[in-house]
Amino acid sequence: MRPLHLAVALDGAGWHPAAWREPTARPRDLFTARYWTDLVREAEAGLLDLVTIEDALRLQSDDPRRPDERTDRVRGRLDAVLLAARLALVTRHIGLVPSATATHTEPFHPSKAIATLDHTTRGRAGVRVQVSLRPDEAAQFGRRPELAALATLAPGQTPPAALVEDVFDEGRDWVEVLRRLWDSWEDDAEIRDVATGRFIDADKLHTVDFTGPHFSVRGPSITQRPPQGQPLVAALSHVPVAHRFVARSADLGFLTPHDDDEARRLVAAVRDEREVQPAWPDGVGDQPLRLLGDVVVVLDETPGAAAERLARLDAAAGTALARTSDALVFAGTPAELADLALAWQHAGLDGLRLRPAVLPDDLHAITRTLVPELQRRGVFRTAYAERTLRERLRLPRPTNRYALSSTADTADREAAR
Amino acid sequence: MSRHSTRKRQVHLAAHFPGVNNTTVWSDPASGSHIDPDSFVHFAQTAERGKFDFLFLAEGLRLREHAGRIYDLDVVGRPDTFTILAALAGVTTHLGLTGTINSTFNEPYEVARQFATLDHLSEGRAAWNVVTSWDAFTGENFRRGGFLAAEQRYERARSFLDTAFELFDSWRGDEVLADQATGQFLRAPGPGAFEHHDAHFDIAGHTTVPRSPQGRPVIFQAGDSEEGREFAAQHADAIFSRHGTLEEGRPFYADVKARLAKYGRERDELLVLPAATFVLGDTDAEAEELAREVRRAQVSGATAIVFLEQVWNRDLSAYDPDGPLPDVDPVVGEELISKGRASVRMYRDPLATAKAWRERAQAEGLSIRELMIEQTARQTFVGSPTTVADQIEHLVEAEAADGFILVPHITPAGLDPFVDRVVPILQERGVHRTDYEGTTLREHLGLRPLPVPSLLTTTVGAAGVSA
Repeated sequence: MRPLHLAVALDGAGWHPAAWREPTARPRDLFTARYWTDLVREAEAGLLDLVTIEDALRLQSDDPRRPDERTDRVRGRLDAVLLAARLALVTRHIGLVPSATATHTEPFHPSKAIATLDHTTRGRAGVRVQVSLRPDEAAQFGRRPELAALATLAPGQTPPAALVEDVFDEGRDWVEVLRRLWDSWEDDAEIRDVATGRFIDADKLHTVDFTGPHFSVRGPSITQRPPQGQPLVAALSHVPVAHRFVARSADLGFLTPHDDDEARRLVAAVRDEREVQPAWPDGVGDQPLRLLGDVVVVLDETPGAAAERLARLDAAAGTALARTSDALVFAGTPAELADLALAWQHAGLDGLRLRPAVLPDDLHAITRTLVPELQRRGVFRTAYAERTLRERLRLPRPTNRYALSSTADTADREAAR
Repeated sequence: MSRHSTRKRQVHLAAHFPGVNNTTVWSDPASGSHIDPDSFVHFAQTAERGKFDFLFLAEGLRLREHAGRIYDLDVVGRPDTFTILAALAGVTTHLGLTGTINSTFNEPYEVARQFATLDHLSEGRAAWNVVTSWDAFTGENFRRGGFLAAEQRYERARSFLDTAFELFDSWRGDEVLADQATGQFLRAPGPGAFEHHDAHFDIAGHTTVPRSPQGRPVIFQAGDSEEGREFAAQHADAIFSRHGTLEEGRPFYADVKARLAKYGRERDELLVLPAATFVLGDTDAEAEELAREVRRAQVSGATAIVFLEQVWNRDLSAYDPDGPLPDVDPVVGEELISKGRASVRMYRDPLATAKAWRERAQAEGLSIRELMIEQTARQTFVGSPTTVADQIEHLVEAEAADGFILVPHITPAGLDPFVDRVVPILQERGVHRTDYEGTTLREHLGLRPLPVPSLLTTTVGAAGVSA
């Protein structure tokens, strides 16, 4: 039996738009370190694999292209990468995977930021990569008129396919640059050789020389290779172009099936793309890809109580979450959710990324009722065993692509002597 | 007790994490990691134990090169500034967190968001040392490339900072009601609106981070040019200067303080904080001996030749560092042997520098290495703890500085002897706090709080909407 993996996706007061109005919610604390520390420590007490932190370079909005006119929902958020960093030294085991947007940002900065998060957590870092076709985000950077122009699309009209492809291609290049920069230092580059006065062996640092339509990056990184070699790259996917992105660029994919059959189909769709286009160029070889199913959870041990609570939340929000959510909205008992987790695992997923509808209530329900249920069934860990996030997800530490060539170079040089 | 009339001029102390240059003696057996989190935690917690105002991190966005190779004689490699500062906010409670962030290879929307976040996550302890490096060499790592002409860099920096300030102020402070009873989260829709249109930034939208505890990070400036000083007088809360001696410090201090009036600012609204190195001993004589050893460790024969090559701009590897200076003249040109170092641009007239150095070496009978030690490695403070405390107090009293950003030469424990031995003397004399009186960095620096926009107007109707 393959191990079951559980992630929790943290976002504001929870994934239900009315979550912030629950009596246990802390809507005034959403922008404090204390709030997030409490949540992530709870997730860690529940032995979860990792937390992801949602983010976007725009204000939350029900309108995909511009801010909305609402005043009844949570608006405003902190930068997720810094938030993950703030949690690094106050947690010990859990993986920290903040979201970052590839479109508009310089790959050099997030490369060293995630590398540093990995150093600071001693190998527990990842990054959830997303691309942006939001005209309001483009207007805040002022450098991509073709994206800002999407503001003029009629409602329901979709962006040109070529533009969508281009944005995903840029995302793929962005991840490629992150990975190259992480590899640009060999693990043993720092030699501190007092006799010759050399701190590093400069032959073990490498330029990355990436050239693409949207950016060129010379390298090497200013930051040493991270403990995991390459921190985890994660991405969420609903559509074929994004499946391809996950297949080409990610170590961990999040999918949104609504039943066992769809889980099977989505897993196959991504895995097929992986075979067509392996994510790992330069002959490094195939790497495993982990896939989790996303589920919004309303959880209660009393049968019927969760559905009742969801109905109450939907009424407060004025809309049913199931109508607007990209992912399945599950309202039920821990035993029912455990059944679903195992069924989807059987369908080919490696586990679930749970989106608590209400924080902290549904997070507590996950850690204090779902996890014990899974432990009783013998399908979930009872203690943290592994040191790094990659080890926990059974993803090997990537071989450094440049170390291979530099070893070959050294051999050549020595042969030439 | 009337604190204001009788209190002596207070010394502001800060700690610079040892950098990727030859001040840091990595060859010392006590020298630790420059990337392991324990080094940063130890350093930050030591500074906080000494009741320092802040920790300071430098940044360079491309590894330095010399003669076409990555320079390997100094420490190489450093963490991402924002990431390590945010992590340290979790293991400190009062210490200010100052990060050097470039205004050329970043976008205002992102940087404003990151600093506002850091200020939230540290509960008001963030500071931004604005640097304006512009070179094409660094630009090769970025989308932006090395497009910026030298004369435009302060113009863009000014525009960048103006824009960032607008973004920090785009949340007025009263937007979030979070009223669970009525279901109203926001006072009005679309908070954080901004719009900025000029030659450098043509942007509009909404920031996502509500107004942070300090309103914006404390602003540092480190450039020394005429434009840099003017930039600081107009925008900065503090200057990170190189002028740590009485002779250089006093005129610099007087110069920048005098520039404040034209911007309607008071003299105490801009602090002058030079970088300072130190070596302590039980006696002054012991400290002098130790300092000599440290200087020789900082400037090896190989390092001395490299320093010389930076001015001569040619290969001098055949010269003996323990011998006389070369007779050949520097190669004057745009293409420099050394890339990615701020110091290289200081030698604007290499022929004159070479002449002056030759004359000094001849007059004092110095070898290449001895001259380079004299030119580059003199420590700011050398002596017993009492002597060093005297020196610091005197320089602040004489208005050569408002305090010092201390740069230890050992990572990460180099600050410990200063905190253990000099700080108690300064505290005893009443010139350094025995405990933090405030919680924000602005308070530690004695800067007045910034006005909160939502408290300035009585109407709420126009919240967050700019024309």
